[in-house]
Amino acid sequence: MRKTFNLEGLDCANCAAKIETAIRALEGVKEVSISFLTQKMTLEAEDAIFDEVLNNAEAVMKSLEDEIEICR
Amino acid sequence: MKLKKQMYKVIAATLLFAVSFAFAAEYVSLAFLAASYLLAGWPVVRKAFRNMSRGHLFDENFLMAVATFGAIALGQYSEAAGVMLFYQIGELFQSYAVAKSRRSISALMNIRPDYANVKRGKEICTVSPEDVLVGDVIVVKPGEKIPLDGGIVKGHSLVDTAAITGESVPRELVVGDMVDSGCVVVSGLLEIEVRKPYGESTVAKILNLVETSASKKAKTEQFITQFARYYTPIVVVAAVLLAVVPPLCGWGEWRDWVYRALTFLVISCPCALVISVPLSFFGGIGAASRYGILVKGGDYLQALADVKTIVFDKTGTLTKGTFHVVQVKSKGLPEDEVLELAAYAGVFSSHPVSLSVRTAFAADIEEQAVGEFMEIAGQGITATVRGRKVAVGNRMLMMAQGLEPENVALGGTISHVAVDGEYAGWIAIADEVKEDAATAVQELKKLGVQRTVMLSGDRKTAAEAVADIVGIDVVCSELLPQHKVEQLEALMNCYAGHLAYVGDGINDAPVLARADIGVAMGGVGTDAAVEAADVVLMTDEPMKLATAVKISRRTLNIVKQNIVFALGIKFAVLGMGALGMATMWEAVFADVGVSVIAILNALRVLYFKNKD
Repeated sequence: MRKTFNLEGLDCANCAAKIETAIRALEGVKEVSISFLTQKMTLEAEDAIFDEVLNNAEAVMKSLEDEIEICR
Repeated sequence: MKLKKQMYKVIAATLLFAVSFAFAAEYVSLAFLAASYLLAGWPVVRKAFRNMSRGHLFDENFLMAVATFGAIALGQYSEAAGVMLFYQIGELFQSYAVAKSRRSISALMNIRPDYANVKRGKEICTVSPEDVLVGDVIVVKPGEKIPLDGGIVKGHSLVDTAAITGESVPRELVVGDMVDSGCVVVSGLLEIEVRKPYGESTVAKILNLVETSASKKAKTEQFITQFARYYTPIVVVAAVLLAVVPPLCGWGEWRDWVYRALTFLVISCPCALVISVPLSFFGGIGAASRYGILVKGGDYLQALADVKTIVFDKTGTLTKGTFHVVQVKSKGLPEDEVLELAAYAGVFSSHPVSLSVRTAFAADIEEQAVGEFMEIAGQGITATVRGRKVAVGNRMLMMAQGLEPENVALGGTISHVAVDGEYAGWIAIADEVKEDAATAVQELKKLGVQRTVMLSGDRKTAAEAVADIVGIDVVCSELLPQHKVEQLEALMNCYAGHLAYVGDGINDAPVLARADIGVAMGGVGTDAAVEAADVVLMTDEPMKLATAVKISRRTLNIVKQNIVFALGIKFAVLGMGALGMATMWEAVFADVGVSVIAILNALRVLYFKNKD
């Protein structure tokens, strides 16, 4: 499954790059792309574990920049 | 809102900073500096501690905090406060510039309809476009955006299609014409029967395409991200070495070297590149969409810049895909009469050849003048027209009548005409070459495309005739649809460099998908084409491809300028800092000043103007 989420509060380009790198390293993440400009994250993972992967991704994101919210 | 609050803080901090110089007494001035530093720098310091506690040591906030703490420890109070302040002013300006460019890009893409006026019974209700059903009739007033795709059932109007096709001249549309959502009704009231739900409408598809385009990052963009990962740690390590090694070797004061190291920390964020490069690509995609060119990602925009081979499909791409009489040649009779007799003879035929002959004749046909009509499959037709025996068809038909038809070395279909048992001449019917096809090929050559190839399922003579007119270098004719992919692969193997394939997307989705860059022409018509293509041209004009290449070149030029400029200044200041020639002031300029200039430079892509 491939889904796109709006990221609220993402206002630093370097953070977007760092978060993307960190999420890509997570288990179960097939592909991830964070666009600082459109403030969007596209995440791809297996359907069965998608929610779990998304939660992990959110945790990683929060640890790097706690002001960003994923709009689900 | 957040931006405004931050702005007031920075202004207050700037005032405090300025006032601090007005006092001769050191402790008063110090108090003002401290207040200024805390007001401007508190978010940075807070984030620095938070990230440090989580072990993220190469965070720009952390490094900025270390740099200013270091300056304070060295007794450089005004410098510490000033650097923090300038850093925040730069950050603010950056956020502002980015917010502005986000807005200008979405303004470019301002095609999303907000509402639809649906006719329900006698009433007209205003609803969200998503709630309109297929078959509903919507009313669009002058000045309004057409919210959904459909056919006009009442009214006529000039329709401005610029937002969708980039075409600046409005089109006159009448009952029966199809309209795309996103176009603006200019002069009259239109009633439109909806043919597609909002989710499948032209507008929804374009928006979806452009929004997801930012997730396909260009090679340069990926390179910058990689570079950023190494840049910061390397600069920080260099700073530590600079602070420790020379004094240990006895080459001077600790104080001087630590200060030099601190200037390094201030320049350690790769922000200028990380922001401006994606911004340039996104701006390029935005600029292209204004010309009716949809690029599905930064990577394709980049690949377009150095495309070396362009492969065109013939029918529907270089030619209009509609058949027309291109030449009439007669023997004995006047040419007009040959055409007239052929048109009359074919009046009951629905064969495409008869249709185009009738179109070319243009005048009304008196059907009662035609008798004894007969259609001979695979040969042609015979009929009597005003008592004269007329035969119109291919060579076989002529031979069957015992006549010797002329040999015609022309592309297209040749229809021979015999009148009263005498050979009377021929009519050549061919697909018309698009007006801008030849100029497009010329323009592409001028832009550095090395070779152009045409694929066609048509006969060799017909294909070569078109290639001659357009100025194509290589022709591959008589190809079956399934052989087009093989042919394309062969071309990709034998020519180096990027290869683009341009087709109308009707039956060439596999070819579009296989090429380095697949370009579908003629709008977001078929889903398969849009899915398979990397670039979608909203109009039928091959010329748009040249525009796309130009936009791509311009984007890459600006990207290069930014990379060279940002890295050049940063390395220069790093060098000067190491030699003790740059202060923290220069360092902070090299950091945020460069970012701001690079962002402004990137915004130039948005305002691309096609000069021709």
